[in-house]
Amino acid sequence: MDEREREAIERIEARRRRPRRRLLEEQVTLAHGAGGGSTHALVESLFLPQLANELLEPLADSAVLDFDGGQGRGRLAFTTDSYVVRPLFFPGGDIARLAVNGTINDLAAVGARPLCLSAALIIEEGLPIAELERLARSLGAAARSAGIPIAAADTKVVERTKADGLYLCTTGVGVVAPGRALGPSQMRPGDRVLLSGTLADHGMAIMVARGELELEGEIASDTAPLHELVAQLLAAADGVRCLRDPTRGGIATTLNELASAADLSIVLDEVALPIRPAVMGACELLGIDPLYVANEGKLVVVVAPEDLDTALAALRNHPLGRDAALVGEVRSEPPGMVVLETAFGGTRVVGMLAGDPLPRIC
Amino acid sequence: MKHVSEYRAGDAAARLADRIAGLAQPGRRYQLMEVCGGHTHAIYRHGIEDLLPPEVELVHGPGCPVCVIPMGRQDDAIAIAERPEVIFTTFGDMLRVPASRGSLQDAKARGADVRMVYSPLDALRIARECPDREVVFFAIGFETTAPSTAVTLLRARAEGIRNFSVFCNHVTIVPALRAILESPDLRIDGFIGPGHVSTVIGLRPYRFIARDHGRPVVVSGFEPLDVLQSVYMLLGQLADGRCEVENQYTRVVREAGNPQAMRAIRETMELRTTFEWRGLGFIAQSALKLRPELSAWDAEARFPLPAVRVADPKACQCGEVLKGVIRPWECKVFGTACTPERPIGTCMVSSEGACAAYYNYGRLARRRGREPAGRPETPSGTPPPTGGIPSPSPGAPARTGGIAASPSGSTTTPSSGSSAKLPAGIPVPR
Repeated sequence: MDEREREAIERIEARRRRPRRRLLEEQVTLAHGAGGGSTHALVESLFLPQLANELLEPLADSAVLDFDGGQGRGRLAFTTDSYVVRPLFFPGGDIARLAVNGTINDLAAVGARPLCLSAALIIEEGLPIAELERLARSLGAAARSAGIPIAAADTKVVERTKADGLYLCTTGVGVVAPGRALGPSQMRPGDRVLLSGTLADHGMAIMVARGELELEGEIASDTAPLHELVAQLLAAADGVRCLRDPTRGGIATTLNELASAADLSIVLDEVALPIRPAVMGACELLGIDPLYVANEGKLVVVVAPEDLDTALAALRNHPLGRDAALVGEVRSEPPGMVVLETAFGGTRVVGMLAGDPLPRIC
Repeated sequence: MKHVSEYRAGDAAARLADRIAGLAQPGRRYQLMEVCGGHTHAIYRHGIEDLLPPEVELVHGPGCPVCVIPMGRQDDAIAIAERPEVIFTTFGDMLRVPASRGSLQDAKARGADVRMVYSPLDALRIARECPDREVVFFAIGFETTAPSTAVTLLRARAEGIRNFSVFCNHVTIVPALRAILESPDLRIDGFIGPGHVSTVIGLRPYRFIARDHGRPVVVSGFEPLDVLQSVYMLLGQLADGRCEVENQYTRVVREAGNPQAMRAIRETMELRTTFEWRGLGFIAQSALKLRPELSAWDAEARFPLPAVRVADPKACQCGEVLKGVIRPWECKVFGTACTPERPIGTCMVSSEGACAAYYNYGRLARRRGREPAGRPETPSGTPPPTGGIPSPSPGAPARTGGIAASPSGSTTTPSSGSSAKLPAGIPVPR
């Protein structure tokens, strides 16, 4: 490699590590909602400076705040999320279950025990009551089966064409056990990276469910509440360093966030990545990289090497962690980057999602 | 996954890599151009360069359909998309391609009805479902995608669907290859030929490369083992002093291509006198337009277009990248002003573009050079190095060294017939 190429590579790597991304567009595009680099630019350059506070700034799945309720100190986890999925019903779930599970998972990912949720519904004029009733039933069933009550709710109706059927926003509160620090700052070189199950199920299920692809397949969303799995894992393994819930942007984006926040490198082993054959088939067909496809019931776990076996066993002991696998390792070099060792014997860099995941055309 | 994993097996790759290293003469430089963007993508996605000896360099060619569309055509596309009556349908890759006033994605944000489709037939379905709107399909791509556009047009005509039209930007690969071969700064020793295009046009159109320009061609599949095997076959030709068109992708590509697909193209499209390629300039008879009898479905005939030629941004060196004259990172704006989030040039947009592939995947692969390889003995008659790639033609004649060659031996012999100046059988306008 000559000097000029080295310079070019260093330029790219410096850019990747630059903490604040600039927002260059004049209008919001769908890429700003895809969860990758553009979303980061929107959040970091437009909102973060205005909202600046130490609870928000870690940009974790939930904020964790200390409080003193008069009877001793505690730690609360607090998070919010909106759901705009189309179609409203899809194999493996619907928007209501997705919203309940998604907010529970954001709490679980900071190690919190969820206490309660709120739900705010924005409903489009003309939505059949039968559909709304089905969604209300699903909302209740999801909350009951997770054991987390929806303690506050709101409904609004907007004119026809002003919302695509229904949008749903959920907020959640949980408590974090004292004395347990989780997060990218806890990661160390040599730590192992685990995935609690198969990749890319949710995103591909939605793509197939839209019916635009003339693809038929038995791909179901993996939407599931992970708080019990997390509780089981944290009880078993002291060496858990960090948890994440890899949704939009897929595990590639989540791992990039971790690598960048920890200033460490994450090396993935392509052969070890668990993925269902039908999902892999759909991804191959559409030219989509499963690393960038959304998950809704999966956990990325970074664990100290001495606790690897305990953590893996704890995950596999729970029905939602049956397919858990060791997929990678934390290293010191090259900092801030995610690297994949391919099944073929090569390596490649796994960047953050740019734009929407675009299918290749030939 | 069945039928995929066997083409990605690491052990077979390692064995093949050793044989490639054995064929490469130390000190000699081999510059092999992969013509097709699909190959560029596979090379980076699987880290194939890590398996090659330092003597072998892969140069990325012009076969990324998104990358070659000039900015003026993209402006025309946006002008059509911004008409209030139009639903503009496009493959996803084109959404982010920068034009004079932003991309199609920006036009969509300004209010244009731009929809992503996976097939022109999806666009036709939208036309059926929205009879009061004008549905336009942005047709791009080489001979690989042209047949599906052709079939869609034939179906639109048969069903009498009048609110559907095609903005045709199909290009043909052979004139672009000829332009590269005739370029004075050509440094290519051999070509990895485009597999998917060849399923349609067959092998004959490449013969002039071997015959007139003395460069070997191996038409290759898209799995990493296919690409590695093609590199091996090219090095084998160079070592033997042969110069032929060989077919590595025998499980899909037939010598005569797909006559039915060619017929569908001929029935609906004809060659343009000339067409501008981004970075390569105007190339005669290098693109297709709809035949006059289909003008009712031709967006160029139905909508007024600005049709202004727009020069590429000065700083952008996509042309040199597409010709393989410079590597992506040698471009002045690579990684600074031009990044995947904010591309200036087309090569940075599509995942098949050399710059995007290099930016997204390639950085580390380049960092670890392979040790200069030794030269293990490779006597002729060794067993197939690829560990038994399944081949649909088990009876195919085998080359020395055991790799299955094309089903018909004739493709490996330079033809004595008339030169294949045009992609087989596409009518020329008068």
